[in-house]
Amino acid sequence: MTGARIIVECLKKEKVDVIFGYPGGVVLPLCDALYDSGIRFILTRHEQGAAHAADGYARASGKIGVCLATSGPGATNLVTGISTAYMDSIPMIAITGQVATHLIGNDAFQEVDTTGITRPVTKHSYLVKNTGHLCRTFKEAFYIAKTGKPGPVLIDIPVDVQRAEADFHYPEKVDIRSYKPVYEGHPLQIERALSLIEKAESPVILAGGGVITAGASEQLRMFVEKTRIPVVLTLMGLGSFPTEHPLQLGMVGMHGTRYGNMAIMETDLLIAVGCRFDDRVTGKISEFAPHAKIIHVDIDPASIGKNVPVEVPIVGDARYVLEQFLSNCPKTNTKQWVEKIKEWKEKYPLIYKDSEKLKPQFVVETISRMTNGEAIITTEVGQNQMWAAQFYKFKHPRTFISSGGLGTMGFGFPAAIGAQVACMDRTVIDIAGDGSIQMNIQELSTAVSEKIPVKVVILNNCSLGMVRQWQELFYGKRYAFTCLKEKQPDFVKLAEAYGAAGYRVSKKEDLKKTLSRAFEHSDGPVFVECIVEPEENVFPMVPAGASLKEMIGGLA
Amino acid sequence: MTKTNQQHIISVTVENKSGVLVRIAGLFSARGYNIDSLAVAETEDPTISRMSIVVKGDEKILEQIYKQLNKVIDVIKVQDLTDEEHIERELVLLKVSTQNSSARHEIIQMVNIFRAKIVDVCRKTLTIELVGSKPKVDAMIDLMKSFGIKEITRTGRIAISREASKEKQT
Repeated sequence: MTGARIIVECLKKEKVDVIFGYPGGVVLPLCDALYDSGIRFILTRHEQGAAHAADGYARASGKIGVCLATSGPGATNLVTGISTAYMDSIPMIAITGQVATHLIGNDAFQEVDTTGITRPVTKHSYLVKNTGHLCRTFKEAFYIAKTGKPGPVLIDIPVDVQRAEADFHYPEKVDIRSYKPVYEGHPLQIERALSLIEKAESPVILAGGGVITAGASEQLRMFVEKTRIPVVLTLMGLGSFPTEHPLQLGMVGMHGTRYGNMAIMETDLLIAVGCRFDDRVTGKISEFAPHAKIIHVDIDPASIGKNVPVEVPIVGDARYVLEQFLSNCPKTNTKQWVEKIKEWKEKYPLIYKDSEKLKPQFVVETISRMTNGEAIITTEVGQNQMWAAQFYKFKHPRTFISSGGLGTMGFGFPAAIGAQVACMDRTVIDIAGDGSIQMNIQELSTAVSEKIPVKVVILNNCSLGMVRQWQELFYGKRYAFTCLKEKQPDFVKLAEAYGAAGYRVSKKEDLKKTLSRAFEHSDGPVFVECIVEPEENVFPMVPAGASLKEMIGGLA
Repeated sequence: MTKTNQQHIISVTVENKSGVLVRIAGLFSARGYNIDSLAVAETEDPTISRMSIVVKGDEKILEQIYKQLNKVIDVIKVQDLTDEEHIERELVLLKVSTQNSSARHEIIQMVNIFRAKIVDVCRKTLTIELVGSKPKVDAMIDLMKSFGIKEITRTGRIAISREASKEKQT
C-alpha cells in the first residue's frame, strides 16, 4: 500500500470524517488517495481558514479536528491556526506535505522547516521520513492530541514517503514511555481541598476551559448545587455552567462582571478548576484574590503555581477531580455569602445604556433571546468577542467558541464553518466585527460551495473597536489606524458577490425582523451587517495591569 | 531548591531522536531561561540520551523548568541533582602561552598539583587537559590567566547521582 493510502486508512481508523484543507504540490499523492476515500474534504480558500475550521470543529464536537496543507507557504499559513488551538488546548492534527526527503535542507521549492517553525506552538510534532513509520506516528499523534492537556500535533510528510510502499498495520495500543498523563487527583490533596472547602465562609469556584475539555459540566453543576458555592467563569469557561443559574456570577477579569470580580476580591477560598490564571483574568497579580487560599485543579502541572501561589495543587482532569470531590462532598454553609453576592448582583448588574440607536449589546441580547441560548456562538476578537461573552446567555458547554489565549482576529468565521460541519442540526452564529471579518472573508466561498448555513452577524462600528476603545481611554483619543469609516466594503454586496445572502440593519426596530429572516437561510451562509453605535465601549473594564477592584464604567 | 539564583544541575533523560535537543533548547529560550551549559550524549540504552543542563534561577523558575521539561513529550525523566548526593565533572582544554622556560616550568608544576595533563606541547604554547569539579576547573583557569590563555574549550558539567537516584516529587 502506498504511504498516501496508509494515511487515509489511519484517518479512517481514527474515525476522521472530515478534513479541512488546501491541496498543493507535495500533498498530491495524499489528496489523490483522499479523493475517493469517503472522508469529506472541505476545501477552504486559505490554509489559515482550514486550521481554524478544524479548530472550530473540535471545539463544537469534542472530537479531534484535522487540517491539511502543502509544504512551504501552505504550512506557514497554518501557523496562526495551530497557535490558536495550542493556546486554548484544542485537539487538532495538522498534516503538512514536505519536499522529498532527498531535497530536505536544500532550500528546495516550497520548502520550509515546518516542524521547526511550529515547534513552540504544537504539543508535539513529527517529520515522517519512512513510510513504514506512518501507522505508529498517526496512532501516537491522535493519542497525544486528545489526552492529557489536549493540543495540536503536526505531522510533516515528505512527498516520497507518501508515494513509497509499506504494509498497513495499525497498532491497537499506544505506549509512550515518556508520556503518561495523570487524570485522578492525588487523594491526599483531595482531602486537604475538601477540608478547606468545609471551613470556608466565602468560597468561589473559578471554572475555566478545562471543565469543557474534560466534559465536566454536569459534575460542576452537581458540586455547585450540593455545596452552594457560587461560580465565576473565565472566557474559555463560558458555557461550562449555565448563565442564568442563580449561583453563576458571570465572567471575571478585564471585562468581567462587577459582582464576579468583587467575589474574587472578597473570597476566602478560590477553587480554580481547569484554568491557568491568564493575566486577562487576574489583573494585577499581587492584588488578585487577596484574602483567598487557592485550590488549583488542572491537568497541566506547569499551570499550577505558575502565576498565583497555590495552597492546594491538584494535578488532574476536571471531571475526575470533581467526581472525587463529590464522592466525599463536605457540608458547607454559604448562605450569608450567597446573600451578599445576590445583593451585589442587584446593585451592580451587567448593563449598558440602551438608547434609540442600535447598540451592539442589544444585538447580542436579541440574538440570545431569539435563539433561547441554544445556538453555537463563535466570535472574532475584540469588542464583538467581549459583548458576545457578556450578553449571550449560554446554557451548554461547547456553545461558545472563541480564541481566548491567542486572541486571533479572523478566527470566528472559519471556526463557525467547522462548528457547523460538526453540528449540522444546530444554529451557528459568528458574532463578528467589521475589522475581524475581513481577515478571513475568503471563507465565504467555502461556506457557499459547501452549503454551510452559518450566520455571520457583523457589528459594524466602522472601526477596530477594541483598540479604538483603548485609544479613547488611555491614548488621549488619538485614533491611530483604527478608523475604518468610508474605508469599508459593502458587506451586503460582498456576500452577494460570493453567492451568499446579505442583509443590513441600522434601525433598532428592524433588527429582530431581519435576524429572523436571516436565520431562516438553511442552504448557505448569510451575512447580517448591523450598523451599530461607533462610540460604544465594552464595560466594565479593568485597565491592563490594574487590580480587579479598579473597574471602570458599566454602572447604572 | 532554596537560594535565589543558585546554579542547578539538571539531569534529563530523553528519547534519542533528532529534534529533541532543539525542543529542549527552544523551551529555555522561549521562556527566557538561561542555560549556563548543556552536555548531551547517548546512555547505556542507545534509545535514550542524557542531557546535563546547568541553569541559574530561583525556586519558582526552577519549578517551572522542571515542569516544562516534563511536559515535552520526548522527555522521560527530569532530576535536579543539585540537592542530591551526586558526582559532577567537567573537562576543560586550555591552551596557555609559554613566554619563557620559567613560565613553562611553573605551568607544568601546577598541572601536576591539579592532576591535570599536558596533551600538546608547542614552541609557544602548552595545551592542558583538566577534569574536575567546577571549583577546580575555575581555579585552574584563574591561575593560568597570569600566563595568558590563548583558548579555552569546556564540555560543560555532567553529573551522575551517587546512589539509586530518587526521582523528585512535585
